Amino acid sequence: MSTAPSELESPEVDEAIELSPPWVTIVWNDPVNLMDYVTFVFQTYFGYSKQKAEKLMMQVHTDGKSAVSNGNREAMERDVEAMHSYGLWATCEKS
Amino acid sequence: MTRFRKRRKTVVVSFAEHEADILANLLRNLVELLYDGMPPRATESSDPLAALLDSDGPTSPPEDVVLQRLLPDAYKEDDMASAEFRRFTERGLRDGKIGDAKRVLSALEDSGADEIALEPDEQLSWLRALNDLRLAIGTRLDIKEEDDYATWEKLPDDDPRRLTYDLYDWLGYLQSALLHNMR
Repeated sequence: MSTAPSELESPEVDEAIELSPPWVTIVWNDPVNLMDYVTFVFQTYFGYSKQKAEKLMMQVHTDGKSAVSNGNREAMERDVEAMHSYGLWATCEKS
Repeated sequence: MTRFRKRRKTVVVSFAEHEADILANLLRNLVELLYDGMPPRATESSDPLAALLDSDGPTSPPEDVVLQRLLPDAYKEDDMASAEFRRFTERGLRDGKIGDAKRVLSALEDSGADEIALEPDEQLSWLRALNDLRLAIGTRLDIKEEDDYATWEKLPDDDPRRLTYDLYDWLGYLQSALLHNMR
């Protein structure tokens, strides 16, 4: 890794655009999957804490959906594929 | 009566013989359904590039509603992107689900009425296979989010959906007992 030469002026960037990853994985509510199982999947696959996994699961349950991960498009397609392998209903979209 | 217990990281499950048979039959049906409509894989002689990239999967959703639920579109409002995703992933997803179901099946067939000891990676296959069965049956029964749970619980004995719902309910019990014993 290298640092930018100090004499160069840093280009103007919109930090909001720069910092938020452009794609998200959405998990949708469905009437079959057990709440404990959905929490388990979020912990196991994403490595989230129990607290975070439960919060996301409750969001899916009450709001009908939740953005469970973000990143580039390829990464989100991998996450969607993994969610489908666990039987969760997931899609990806631009955030 | 199905029983679960925990031995360190291993979960030990024992089924009554008829229960093991029922579960095995459901899994065989699931495997058959997942094989159904899967296009034959390209061979190196028919399409070397497709064989290399594994990119010869289907591009449209399956016709069966259960398969549609097990293999959903990856994009809500972009059919082209969904088709492309499906082309590269559907075969692998089907293979994974078939693999999980077959793993459970062979454990059931090997054990007879004996106890089955599940190591952590097998537990994951069992969880996923039980979940796929619940999704399949829940979709066939057309269980909806807004449904009153009590209505399903109170289906009269002569209702044709009664037996199927009981199976669905039992699979939910198995999955949640397994999950509980994994913690």
